[in-house]
Amino acid sequence: MSRGDGGTAVSPAVMSMRLPSQPGEVIDRHTRFTFRWNGRRYPAFDGDTIASALAACGERVFSRSFKYHRPRGLLTASFLDPGCIVQVGDEPNVRAAHRLAEPGLDVRSQDTWPSLAFDVKAANQLFTRFLPAGFYYKTFIRPHRLWPAYERVLERFAHGGSTSAHLPVPERLRAYDKRHANPDVVVAGGGPAGMAAAVAAARAGASVLLVEEEQALGGHLRWGGADELAAMRELQRRVEQTSGIEVLTDSVVLGRYDGNWLAVLQRGLPQVHERLVKARAKTLVVAAGLIERPYVFAGNDLPGVLLSTAVRRLVNLHAVKPGERAVILSANPEGDAAAADLERVGVTVAHVEDVRRGGDVVRVRGRGRVGEVQLRGGRRLECDLLVTATGWTAPVSLLTMAGAVPEYDPRAARFRPDVSRLPGDVLATGGILGDGSLDELLAHGEATGHEAARRARDKAAAVPVPALSVQPHPECFHGPTHGFVDFSEDVSSNDLLTAVEEGYDSVELVKRYTTATMGPTQGKLESVNVVAIVAEATGRTITQTGTTTWRPPYAPVTLGALAGPVREPVRRSPMQAWHERHGAIPLVAGAWIRPDAYGDPADEVRAVREGVGIIDVTPIGKLDLRGPDVPKLLNLLYVNRWSKLDVGRVRYGVMCGEDGVVIDDGVTGRLGAEHYLMSTTSSGAAAVWEWVESWLQTEHADWQVHVTPVTTAYASVNIAGPRSRQLLGRLVEDVDLSPDAFPYMHVRTGRVAGVDGCVVWRIGFTGELSYELHAPASYGLHVWESLLDRGQDLAVRPFGIEAQRILRLEKGHLIVGQDTDGLTRAFSAGLDGLVKLDKDDFLGRPELTWQAENKGHARLVGLRLADGSVVPDEGSQLVADGSRICGRVTSSRHSPTLGRAVCLAQVTASLAKPGTEVTVRLVDGRSVTAKVTEHLAQVDPEGERLRA
Amino acid sequence: MILLPCPWCGPRAADEYAYLGELTPRPDPQRATRTEWRDYLYLRANLAGWTTERWYHRMGCRRYLTVQRHTVSNDVRSVAAAGSGGEP
Repeated sequence: MSRGDGGTAVSPAVMSMRLPSQPGEVIDRHTRFTFRWNGRRYPAFDGDTIASALAACGERVFSRSFKYHRPRGLLTASFLDPGCIVQVGDEPNVRAAHRLAEPGLDVRSQDTWPSLAFDVKAANQLFTRFLPAGFYYKTFIRPHRLWPAYERVLERFAHGGSTSAHLPVPERLRAYDKRHANPDVVVAGGGPAGMAAAVAAARAGASVLLVEEEQALGGHLRWGGADELAAMRELQRRVEQTSGIEVLTDSVVLGRYDGNWLAVLQRGLPQVHERLVKARAKTLVVAAGLIERPYVFAGNDLPGVLLSTAVRRLVNLHAVKPGERAVILSANPEGDAAAADLERVGVTVAHVEDVRRGGDVVRVRGRGRVGEVQLRGGRRLECDLLVTATGWTAPVSLLTMAGAVPEYDPRAARFRPDVSRLPGDVLATGGILGDGSLDELLAHGEATGHEAARRARDKAAAVPVPALSVQPHPECFHGPTHGFVDFSEDVSSNDLLTAVEEGYDSVELVKRYTTATMGPTQGKLESVNVVAIVAEATGRTITQTGTTTWRPPYAPVTLGALAGPVREPVRRSPMQAWHERHGAIPLVAGAWIRPDAYGDPADEVRAVREGVGIIDVTPIGKLDLRGPDVPKLLNLLYVNRWSKLDVGRVRYGVMCGEDGVVIDDGVTGRLGAEHYLMSTTSSGAAAVWEWVESWLQTEHADWQVHVTPVTTAYASVNIAGPRSRQLLGRLVEDVDLSPDAFPYMHVRTGRVAGVDGCVVWRIGFTGELSYELHAPASYGLHVWESLLDRGQDLAVRPFGIEAQRILRLEKGHLIVGQDTDGLTRAFSAGLDGLVKLDKDDFLGRPELTWQAENKGHARLVGLRLADGSVVPDEGSQLVADGSRICGRVTSSRHSPTLGRAVCLAQVTASLAKPGTEVTVRLVDGRSVTAKVTEHLAQVDPEGERLRA
Repeated sequence: MILLPCPWCGPRAADEYAYLGELTPRPDPQRATRTEWRDYLYLRANLAGWTTERWYHRMGCRRYLTVQRHTVSNDVRSVAAAGSGGEP
């Protein structure tokens, strides 16, 4: 779009089409402001929609159509209007006939280039014979190699506005919200029947949520005459004065799901852009009213062709004169009322063509807007406005989601829901069911609301609500010429005939082939016309043809509203703030933020190997197990033996699923006769807890074991390195750390740095002499700082996750999920020595027994590369015979201790023997050779350092 | 969304629970053949009708439940603590 016409150069627009004050107008003439439309300033009153403000200034073109880039203006002047979808600031696809204008808005037309007035892509309409139904399917299919190029071309021609990824994220995320609601009754639709139902239900004692799509209650009464306005105000007063009704305006029920769970979208709130209300209703009352449908004839998309309800909305709600000289095609009282409205405000009504007396419109002509109408019989009339009133569509969406089937009623010329198939907790009232005078609608709404409240209390004995009468309406869907059926997808009646000729004879197939009803209006305007035209083309009745399926969501919803605000919990150890103050690079590990490294991880590794280092391992999962049957539980969960674990001992264990796949590992220590502390991997903490509970609650409910997750109750620190005993010795008061008193794989409890209740394990993930200290979490920082303070002369330093990963890899300790995957059984994880198949029962035993018999499985091995300078990427493939994949590198790092790469790899059985030469295919395509090592550990394979 | 009555917490929406699938009796791990064991691990009847299934009230009382549910209507016939009997 052109940007040169901005602000100062062009004078602001003038409200040339604004009418004097109207009795039902919703604008506040005392509050006047301006906003921008394609760079030019436009005045508006408070209460104006973007489109009504533009129309009041004489603007008639709001967008270019989807395929042919034809100029489009107002059609329905409602949320559904396919011709006025615009960009507002950063927000694309805003419904301009619904969204209220605000001071300073920057509104632009979407997908027009270079400008709305002169759109290059409109050349498409000169070549309509080249864009038949299925054009894109047929044209952009071969050859496959051009698909990326096709994509770029099509993208440029696609609709949809644009959004910026550069807005400050918090602002965007704050703009969405979620809420739960549990009302007795939800009434979807705030027209007369809906309001009557809400009041009756609330008076019967029910809590009611009344949801209205427009900005105010009233439905079609809002644009009616004096009697309708009086009735509306009385109903609004009753709603306001009846306690127990919560009204949500500018909101819509998107879908009805199992158990009357309703997704309600709330828009237009002051601080929140959109809110998703998850409402569990005891009873749902659908009072969605009726939607007026367009008429199909040549030129029916020209700006100036309006529905009768659009005219009535513009005149009565927004005091906008829709044109100067009108012709009206009327098949019903609403059309006649639109004619009366226009005459009243001084629009010349040149002619009313009455469908009920055989009248019809042949075509409309004009250059970019209506100029002339040709009527049946050839009569031509000059005009700038053609108003059509040719029938209604019942938006049965919510009812069909609940099981109702729409059935065509030829007398009323519309589909009506067969409510006999609705479950007892869904009712309907108002225009969606039938016609009737205002009094009849109100009586029906009241009876339905009363019944809804009754069913909310007592779902049983349902009293049927009497049916509403239906008024005859002529069946009129299209004139003698072809025109647009789906305005938002640019599908014409001719396209539908083409599709039928090509063999797509079912309405569901025609829909998918032509994309009719698949655009932003989602069938609400066009589905009945599509069905009628397909019925005619196939020689069937509309009843035989049936309708397409209505699915949720009923109205468009942003992904932001579905996602809601970000409320992901983040976990930090009591020492994380210290880490960040001391330059630690944060690492997101599941829900935790952890220190990845404080500086060069290689320095941290050396410090641990040569002196002493400390690492914060608080996220390690910890379960406190108590009870006489804990040994039985451990024997079931772990693949190794657990019955004889003495108090004060710690053992490493591996857990497998029932399919034999490794799911977690860790150590468990026995603190007392019936008291154990189990540790799990950091990422597996929550899942292991549930896994333990599942076996205790389902298969072994008789076992006496109590499980308490204590992961965050303790701050955990691993003190590792040859000087770790010396360092810890300065802080413990009542624990003898000497190797004989506290050997490898033992546990002690005691007082550390003055803190009682600490648990100390002597274990060694890093391969060094090390102690894992679990201190009550609130003392975590104190213990951490004490260790650093008291170890200054020992050159103690903190190390991060990266250094720990290098250290454990040098030692050949596997990480579940890194060196194993979702298919790795225990014998493929180098755990042969651990699995005790002679144990009675443990989880995974049958599958592991069969795996052991088979022998042909993959294995975890260590790799040593011939070229010491190469560190292969994790995930690099091992290949044999040039191209056959026979394994992959699961872990790989440069080892500062050895001065070369250390790797773990999964390899096929035939390559697992130590000394076997394998080929590693690097990411850059080079191949390097490597040898399978004797042990998984490449530093201290004998474990002398650990046991020091 | 399905409304599932928890025997401890009352009626709660299904998104508070983890659905763990149809209950299949665990064969004797000492005696099961490979076929029997893998049927237990992987095969489910997937009935359109009444099924007995396991749910876990993850966002509530954290109890494992045995639920009899009709998979077409989502009617719930009974909910009980897992391991309290009444399982196939």
